[in-house]
Amino acid sequence: MSENIGNIIGVNSNLLRVRFEKPVIQNEVAYACSGGLKLKAEVIRVRGNTAELQVFEDTVGLKVGDPVEFTGDLLAVELGPGLLSQVFDGLQNPLPALAEECGFFLQRGTYLHALPRDAKWAYTPKVKIGDTVAAGDTLGTVPEGIFEHRIMVPFGLRGKWTVEAATPAGEYTVEKVVAVLKDDKGYTVDAKMMQIWPVKMPIKCYTERLRPTESMATKLRTIDTFFPVAKGGTYCIPGPFGAGKTVLQQITSRNAEVDVVIVAACGERAGEVVETLREFPELTDPRTGKSLMERTLIICNTSSMPVAAREASVYTGVTLAEYYRQMGLDVLLLADSTSRWAQALREMSGRLEEIPGEEAFPAYLESVIASFYERGGVVRLNDGTLGSVTIGGTVSPAGGNFEEPVTQATLKVVGAFHGLSRSRSDARRYPAIDPLDSWSKYPSVVDEADVAIARKVLRGGNEVNQMMKVVGEEGTSIEDFVFYLKSEYIDATYLQQNAFNETDAANSVDRQKYVFSKLLKIMQTKMTFADKNQARSFFQRLTQTCKDWNSSEFGSDEFKKIEEQMDKMLAEVSDYAE
Amino acid sequence: MQNKIYHRIEQIAGNVIVVKADDVINGELAQVDSAQGTSLAQVIRLEGENVFLQVFAGSRGIGTDAKVRFLGRTMQVPFSDNLLGRVFTGSGTPRDKGPVIEENMIPIGGPSVNPAKRIIPRNMVRTGIPMIDVFNTLVESQKLPIFSVAGEPYNDLLAQIALQAEVDVIILGGMGLKHDDYLFFRDKLDESGALSRTVMFVHTASDPTVECLLVPDIALAVAEKFALEDKRVLVLLTDMTNFADSMKEVAITMEQIPSNRGYPGDLYSQLAARYEKAVDFEGSGSITILAVTTMPGDDVTHPVPDNTGYITEGQFYLKNRRIEPFGSLSRLKQQVNNRTREDHRTIMDTMIQLYANYKETLEKQSMGFRMSDWDSKLLKYGERFEAEMMNISVNVPLEQALDNGWRIMADCFEPSETGIASKFTEKFWPKG
Repeated sequence: MSENIGNIIGVNSNLLRVRFEKPVIQNEVAYACSGGLKLKAEVIRVRGNTAELQVFEDTVGLKVGDPVEFTGDLLAVELGPGLLSQVFDGLQNPLPALAEECGFFLQRGTYLHALPRDAKWAYTPKVKIGDTVAAGDTLGTVPEGIFEHRIMVPFGLRGKWTVEAATPAGEYTVEKVVAVLKDDKGYTVDAKMMQIWPVKMPIKCYTERLRPTESMATKLRTIDTFFPVAKGGTYCIPGPFGAGKTVLQQITSRNAEVDVVIVAACGERAGEVVETLREFPELTDPRTGKSLMERTLIICNTSSMPVAAREASVYTGVTLAEYYRQMGLDVLLLADSTSRWAQALREMSGRLEEIPGEEAFPAYLESVIASFYERGGVVRLNDGTLGSVTIGGTVSPAGGNFEEPVTQATLKVVGAFHGLSRSRSDARRYPAIDPLDSWSKYPSVVDEADVAIARKVLRGGNEVNQMMKVVGEEGTSIEDFVFYLKSEYIDATYLQQNAFNETDAANSVDRQKYVFSKLLKIMQTKMTFADKNQARSFFQRLTQTCKDWNSSEFGSDEFKKIEEQMDKMLAEVSDYAE
Repeated sequence: MQNKIYHRIEQIAGNVIVVKADDVINGELAQVDSAQGTSLAQVIRLEGENVFLQVFAGSRGIGTDAKVRFLGRTMQVPFSDNLLGRVFTGSGTPRDKGPVIEENMIPIGGPSVNPAKRIIPRNMVRTGIPMIDVFNTLVESQKLPIFSVAGEPYNDLLAQIALQAEVDVIILGGMGLKHDDYLFFRDKLDESGALSRTVMFVHTASDPTVECLLVPDIALAVAEKFALEDKRVLVLLTDMTNFADSMKEVAITMEQIPSNRGYPGDLYSQLAARYEKAVDFEGSGSITILAVTTMPGDDVTHPVPDNTGYITEGQFYLKNRRIEPFGSLSRLKQQVNNRTREDHRTIMDTMIQLYANYKETLEKQSMGFRMSDWDSKLLKYGERFEAEMMNISVNVPLEQALDNGWRIMADCFEPSETGIASKFTEKFWPKG
């Protein structure tokens, strides 16, 4: 029971005004008590002896005078073995366990432990008495699914510590003290198997941050070749509704070449999370041969769940990502959608009656977005190994207009921009990443100079297409027309990818390199045609053949056969005069 | 519960009144008696001693000496099978001549469903409208808006779907309905005998704004109860733009900072809280939501349709009295249209592609280009397609609609011209 108790003096939707006597801390957690219910809340502003709290639940039933217990702790998550393959809400309540307790509905005021307290883990110590350790160093390991889960020195400890007592190997629960640590002043700390960390603070137990240079293969050709993402990099996917943001995220969560994927479904449809929830356990991860769910962790605060918890959910996601990074793993955090998170900020800002910025978003929107994306990165850990957090966030701009504040603030801080276009999705050209507007600052999986050539063809083809709309096909020269057909060919066979075809849906880097070099050859081949009809029908046939090629297994007999066929077709139209 | 009466109104602004009172809970109901009569009111904000109440009947005629009596409970709605066939207002009082129902009161605006308890939707809702059944299949537990310009027959479409859909219970939530439209729904449902499985919560344009805000919550609370009793429930909401506008009105009165075109910053969350009630309960019933969203100025980037589009699972575009095949989308159709009939997806894809070609031909024709043989075939096809498939008054089962599709194509094209795989044309292409 907490000592520090205040009283409600105002209720405005999910914002409480509370009068307090003893000191309170900014962002500390408090519980509003009403008729046996305890509703979790967070201090977000203090003025005089009045604190303003955002409540993570519906506030119906609270009244003036109700007590509020201040806990003195910041909003935090539990870190330890047993997180993977879990489904949490924005405050790290395990949803399946909550369903067992409460049934169909999310009853307010019910909070459960994120880590099961009764599960036992086979602990192997990695330190002995007398060893010197620092925050983030490994004390021991437990096997968690496909990984060796490191049990680490609490991240909040400063300076050097000596191991006073070390627990021997054995089966323990997460609350077991695995080591006793002592600093030079003789102060001792019990290090448990699990630890608690406040979500809004980045975990900084590493020796240095590195520049992200190594590609993170998503197995989508458009992304890996044209608009790549690096391990430890950040990227955003803005797009109007129906352009395929969520599908793109789902495909990435399935195929990305990383160790752990954290999906933060933030303020989006519940139905989409359900698909991931129900399908992932059935799918196998090609990297490990185990179920995809074993490397996945889902934070799910869908649109109808309380808005303040939505704000917390992206931080919960990124904190868990940082935790696995500390084990030397590559982690991908997919946040869908950051606009809903920004809207949650806007709602609270409005209730606090802060002076609004553009479109009523708070003035600090940009810095909040920037500090979120800055939590991504590659780091060298204390033991010299590398770990990374890659962040990919979707943005849902109002009216599909990229000029709005959230998109603009995001573009300033990310390393790659995958803009989805309505016209591409209307034309069923998936993934609908706009090849002309999008950009990336990370290195491609193929040679940059070659990508530049393909880009030039795409840009040129688009210009010809624009011109043709004015002067018609008749007014276009055959050279220009062939150029246009080439750009359409890249689009149809390389940029577009069929997510429903098992082979086409995920292309390895090797395959991309191979296919891209073939594509390049076609781009650079000078071709002669009698007329435009002949050119068109040639490219139609070539496109059809190449689509078959895309859906054949890389390196298989069929793959080789179709390739020969394509070579033959090319030879027929090649102009060897030059 | 105490029932102290307060006599002094401190402030009256818009439909919100302020009284000084203590021991009042957030969301509590109160009864306000004034010279104009009695109305319910709901607590929407507490500020020290000041209690902000939203008066359902509006503040017009309320004097500073009006009596306010707090009821010690939050908004509730009765729930029983006796609701079927009845019509109520937004605050739950009978609009028809039937008796007041006060049994089994349930709270409204309840908590959301645990995502871990949701299941992947798997049942088609048959409507008999080819543009829906064949091309954008409605799926049980789906939430779909009908985007429409004022003046389109969206209420007719809604009524038609309600009559033809194979569901157990229909709940109609009318917001800002014209009185004529309300009578239209009532008569239409009555004619076909569907009224006995319908509950209507109707707010007409002349009723107080605040009641408009309550309609979706009340309708969905009742729907949820029916669904938990193993019923398949279809909820029809018309028109959600009026609901959003009422929200805007209240927000502005409460001096909230507006975000986009005057709408409150939580428009998305508010709409989502309602739409996300669509659900398929594992081992029990389901709620499917069809809602009309009128687009001011046919502008899909207007905040209401824009936010709606991000929440719902697709949309039907109603344009020129037809469901537009290109803007319309049912995100869940893939879940069911592989299990209806083997040619369903083929017909769906091919006919739309050919219709897109027809549109291109029309453009060429309007620019005065010469029409090739292929173009004339397309022109013939397009007209047939619009008349026999796109017409929303056509009412045929899915299987017959698919057969019609084959017949239209056979009348216009050779099998090879459609690009359909030969295993389908051999089996389905009409002979002779």
